[in-house]
Amino acid sequence: MKDLIDDVFVAAFDNSDLAPMEDQARLDLGMLAAAGDRLAFTTDAVVVDPLFFPGGDIGKLAVCGTINDLAVGGAIPLYLSCAAIIEEGTSVELLRKVAQSMAHSAQLAGVRIVTGDTKVVPRGACDKLFITASGLGVIPKGVQLNAHAARPGDVVLVNGLLGEHGAAILAARGEMALDCTIESDCAPLHELVAALLARAPGVRCLRDATRGGIATVLNEIAQASHVGIEIDEAQCPMREQVRGFCEILGLDPLYLANEGKLVAIVAPEDADAALTALQAHPLGAEARIVGRVTELEPGRVVMRTLLGGHRIVDMLVGEQLPRIC
Amino acid sequence: MPSHAITPIGLEIRVRGRVQGVGFRPTVWRLARDLGLCGEVQNDAEGVLIRVSGAREAISSFLERLERAAPPLARIERIEPQPIEPLLTDDFIIAESHEGVVRTQIAPDAAVCADCARETLNPFERRYRYPFTNCTHCGPRLSIVHGIPYDRTATTMSSFALCDSCAAEYRNPADRRFHAEAIACHRCGPRVKLLRLDGGIDSFERHSMLDEVDALCSLMHKGHIVALKGLGGYQLACDATQSPAVSRLRELKRRGAKPFALMARDLDVIRKYCDPTTEEIRHLSSAEAAIVLMRAAGPERLPDAVSPGLSTLGFMLPTTPLHLLVLRRMERPVVMTSGNLGEQPQIIDDAAALERLAGIAEYALVHDRNIATRVDDSVLRVTARGAQFLRRARGFAPAPIALPPGFESTRNILAMGGDLKSTVCLLQDGQAILSHHIGNLDNAATFDDYRHTLGRYAELFDHVPDALAADLHPEYRSSKLARERADSTGLPLFEVQHHHAHVAACLVDNARALAAPPVLGIVLDGLGWGADDTLWGGEFLLADYSIAQRLGTLKPVALLGGDQAAREPWRNLYAHLRAQMGWGELAMNFSELPLYEFLDRQPRSILDAMLKNAINAPLASSCGRLFDAVAAALDLCRERQSYEGEAACRLESLVDDRTLREESDDLAYPFTFPTLAGTGLPYIEPLAMWRAVLGDLILETPAPVIAARFHKGLARALAAMATKLARRDSQRPLFDTVALSGGCFQNVVLFEQTAHRLEAAGFTVLSHRLSPANDGGLALGQAAIAAARLLADDHERGQH
Ligand SMILES: [Fe+3]
Ligand SMILES: [Mg+2]
Ligand SMILES: [Zn+2]
Ligand SMILES: [Zn+2]
Repeated sequence: MKDLIDDVFVAAFDNSDLAPMEDQARLDLGMLAAAGDRLAFTTDAVVVDPLFFPGGDIGKLAVCGTINDLAVGGAIPLYLSCAAIIEEGTSVELLRKVAQSMAHSAQLAGVRIVTGDTKVVPRGACDKLFITASGLGVIPKGVQLNAHAARPGDVVLVNGLLGEHGAAILAARGEMALDCTIESDCAPLHELVAALLARAPGVRCLRDATRGGIATVLNEIAQASHVGIEIDEAQCPMREQVRGFCEILGLDPLYLANEGKLVAIVAPEDADAALTALQAHPLGAEARIVGRVTELEPGRVVMRTLLGGHRIVDMLVGEQLPRIC
Repeated sequence: MPSHAITPIGLEIRVRGRVQGVGFRPTVWRLARDLGLCGEVQNDAEGVLIRVSGAREAISSFLERLERAAPPLARIERIEPQPIEPLLTDDFIIAESHEGVVRTQIAPDAAVCADCARETLNPFERRYRYPFTNCTHCGPRLSIVHGIPYDRTATTMSSFALCDSCAAEYRNPADRRFHAEAIACHRCGPRVKLLRLDGGIDSFERHSMLDEVDALCSLMHKGHIVALKGLGGYQLACDATQSPAVSRLRELKRRGAKPFALMARDLDVIRKYCDPTTEEIRHLSSAEAAIVLMRAAGPERLPDAVSPGLSTLGFMLPTTPLHLLVLRRMERPVVMTSGNLGEQPQIIDDAAALERLAGIAEYALVHDRNIATRVDDSVLRVTARGAQFLRRARGFAPAPIALPPGFESTRNILAMGGDLKSTVCLLQDGQAILSHHIGNLDNAATFDDYRHTLGRYAELFDHVPDALAADLHPEYRSSKLARERADSTGLPLFEVQHHHAHVAACLVDNARALAAPPVLGIVLDGLGWGADDTLWGGEFLLADYSIAQRLGTLKPVALLGGDQAAREPWRNLYAHLRAQMGWGELAMNFSELPLYEFLDRQPRSILDAMLKNAINAPLASSCGRLFDAVAAALDLCRERQSYEGEAACRLESLVDDRTLREESDDLAYPFTFPTLAGTGLPYIEPLAMWRAVLGDLILETPAPVIAARFHKGLARALAAMATKLARRDSQRPLFDTVALSGGCFQNVVLFEQTAHRLEAAGFTVLSHRLSPANDGGLALGQAAIAAARLLADDHERGQH
C-alpha cells in the first residue's frame, strides 16, 4: 500500500510542501495572511465514467474542479489535498497516468498538492477510481462575491462555449467518439477570474457551471437573490457540433455540465469592462453577455427563444426527463 | 274541503345551482305574478330563496313550473320547498340581496342570444349595431369577472356608469335586462375603435359607409389580416378563401401546420364546406358556441393552408355581437385564430396586443372593456357516441360537473392537472369545477396564466383546499408547484399516476358511483409517469377511484432522444423497426423503400449507441409514439411535426369511410400478446403489424388503405387484450366495463372502432363526455382520486 502511494502519487506530486513522512501538510500562515483576509476552503468528490475522455481525465477534473470552486469565490487557490479510492485490480499504469495528469494540471495552475491519501477497496465496492480533492485558497481583501447579490438590471455573462464537458462525456460513454470530436472544456479559471475582478469591480457573483449546466446555476442565483433572470437563446454561445449533438440526443445543452465555464453577474455599468476583461483572456475568448437580471418573477429563469417566446428554464429535480404527453 | 282550498298557504323554496346573474329572479317574479301569488324572491349566499303564499293549487303549479320556466343560462341543481306561515303581503317583490358568504356559481360566457342578435341588427332598436349588446340570457361572464358576488362592480364593466335607459332596464323585473350586470348601450357602454397597427392615421370612413366594425369586414375582403379584441382574448382574422392571406397569417404568426379555426356568419356559409349533422348544428348554434370539428365535405374547398393535410375543418358561428357585426357582409368563412405569436398564450392586454400583433395584422379593432381572465375558444367533435371535447374553455368553464354518487360529502380538493393542455380543478359541495384550458406550462406567460387561474378560481368559488392533488411526474411544473404549496401550507398532497387520473376523469364523466366495481381503463396517450417509475403511454388498468392495477400495456419501445421523439416521428419509426430487426435485415428486404433511404441518412451510429448504452433513450409504452412511427412510415410529418399530434391527425385523416367499411377485417394488421420478461405483464406486440406495413409498402398499397388497416388492427388488438384480461384467472370476469381515455382516443376512427369491438365482445364502454380525453381532463381525475382516498380515510377514522 505504502508502495503505491510513494511510487505513484508522491512521485508525481513531488514538491517541497509535500511531506510524505508526516500525517499533514504544514503551511506558512504569514504567507497566507499576506495574500488576503479570508481563507477559502472547499471539497470536491469526483466520479466520472470514463476516467479518460477527450480533453481530460478524472485527475485533471479533480484539480480544475477544486480550483474553480475556490476561484468563483474570488480566492487565489494555493493548496490541494487529494484522496483516491481505488478499486482492486485497477492497473498501476492507469493510476500513474491519472497522478501525472493531476500533477501537470496543478503545476500549470500554480497550485500545490500538499497532502493526500489512497485506499484500495474490493472489486465492485467502487467503480475503478474515485478522487476527492480539497482546496485551500485566500480571498484578497475587498473581494465580495455572493450568490444573493444579483439585482435587477445586472447583466449575465458566460466566459465561453457551453455544454462541452457534458457532451464529451456522453459521447465517450456512449462509444460515439468516432462521430464526435467534442472535447471537455476542463480548465482552471482562477487567472481568468483574477483578470475579471481587476477590470470589473462591479462583479457581484460568480459561479462555475458544472453539473446541471448554466440552467442550474442561474436558478440557484435567481433563488438566492430573489430576482428573475432572462437569458437569450440567440446569445448562448455554443459550438455547432455541440448543438447538433444535443439535437440528436434530445438534450438541452443549458443543462449539460461544463468544467471550465463560469457565470458572472455584473452590475450594468461594468458590463462592458467585464466582457472586455473576459475576452482578453484565452479562456474567455468566446465570452458573451447572455442575459439580464429582472424584477419579474423572483426565483424564475426564462429563456427568450429563437421564436420570440419565453420558455421557463427550470431547476430540475433529477435528470432531463421527457414530459410531452 | 272547499274552505281549505281558499285558505292561503305559505311555502319557502330554496333553489340551488347556477341561479344568480342569469335572470332567474325576474322569471320567478313573472311566474308568481301570473299565478296571482304574493311574496318575495331574493339572492343569498346559497342561491335563490323564494317565499310565496296563495292558494294551494296556484302554489303547486308554481312549484311545478319553476324548473321549466328557468331562463336559458340557469342550471337548477336542487329545489327544496318547505311549508311556512302564509305571508302578510299582497304583492310579489324582488327583495334586495342579503350580504354574507356567497356561494353562487359564476356562469360561463354565453354566445349572443337570438333576441340580442335581432336587436343588434334592427335599425329601429336603440342598440342597432352595438357590439356589446347582451342580456341576462347571454353575454360575457367568466371573462369579465374578477370577484364575487357577481355584480357589475366585480366585473370589468364597473367603470361604465349606466345611462338612464339602461338603468331603467336594469331595474325593471319585466325586462330581459333586469340585473344584467354587463348591460350597456351606445350611450353608456364600451366603444370600439379601429386602429392602424403601423401607427399611421386612418379613419373607418375610408373602408366603410357604416362604422368601424364594418370597416374590419371591408379590410378582410381586401385581403388584409386584422386583429380584433374578442371575448376572452385578442384574435387574428382574415378571409379564409384568400390563400395568400391565410398563408401569410400562418407565416407571420409562426403557426406551423396547426389548423386554423374558422368563423362563419351562418350555417349557410358553413354548408358550402361541410355537411353538418343535426347534432353538429345543435352544438354550433348553442349558447356555448364551440368550434366544431367536421369533415370537409361541401361543394366548395378552402385553401389547404387553412388546415394542412387534414380532412377536417373547425367552424364556429359568431359568438358575440361584435363578431356578428364584423361578419355581417361576409359570405365567406374567415380564419379566426387566437392573437398571439407561436405557442404563446392569447393576448388580453391592449398595450401588449398593439405591440406584438403589429408585425402580423395591419389593422386592429379594439375596445375599452377589459378582459379579466383569458378564455380560449372551446373545441369539440361529434362522434357516433356523442360530442367529445378537444378543448374545454369558453362557454363551458367554469360550469360545475356533478360528482357521482358517493362523493356528496367530499372535502375541498385542489387538483393541479398536468403540464400540457393544462387545467386545474376544484372540488367542493359534491361538485367539480374544472377550469378552462390554460395551455402548455413550458411557456412563461402560460405558467403565469396558470397561477392567475389558480388564484381567480379560488376567489370566485371561495375555495380553501383541504388537500392538493397533482401528477406523479417528478418534473411537471404543476407537480413542483403543488409540492411547494403542500410544503408551505402543510396540506396533504396526493400524487396521482397519470393514466389512473385519465380513467378517473372518464368515470366521473359517466357518473360512475364511488362504490362501483373497478373497470378496465384503456388509456392511450403520449406519455405519463408510471407507478413503477418508468414511462407509460398505452395502458390497461384495472381501476376505480382509489386504486389502479396495471394489467397490460403496449410494448415499451425506446423514446429516442426523450421529448425529441415526440417532435420527430422518424425517431419512433427507427426505434420500432430496430426493436424488431437488425439494420442488415431491413437493408436486405426493404432497401427500395423511401423510408429506408431516409433512415439511412440519419446519424445511425449515434442512434444505435443511444439505444445500446441507454443514453436518453428510455423505454416507453407510448401509443402516441406508435402512431408517430406508423405515420412516419407513410411519410406523414416524417421529419418533424409542427404541433402535438400532427402525425396522428394526418394518419387518421387518410382513413376514408369506405375502406373502413368495405375492407375485410382479415386484412387489418395483426398484433400479438406475449408477456414482458421479468414482470409477466401481457403486452401488445406490434412486430407482426410492422412486417405487414412494410410488406404493403413494398406492394405499393395505397396509404389510405394502410392507415385503415392499422387503425382497425390496433382497435381489434385492444378489444382482444380486454377480453383476455377479463378472463385472466378466474371463472368470473374481472370487469364488465371498459373506460376509454387518453389523447389518442380523440382519434375518432380508433375510438369508434375500439368502442364498437368492445361492445361486440360484451363490454359496456365508457367514454369522455364532460371533460377532454386528453390531459385537459387530468385535473378532474386527480381531484376525484384524492377525494376518494380522503373519504376512505374519513370512513376508516369514523369506524374506530
Ligand atoms: Fe396523458
Ligand atoms: Mg464542489
Ligand atoms: Zn341576450
Ligand atoms: Zn346605456
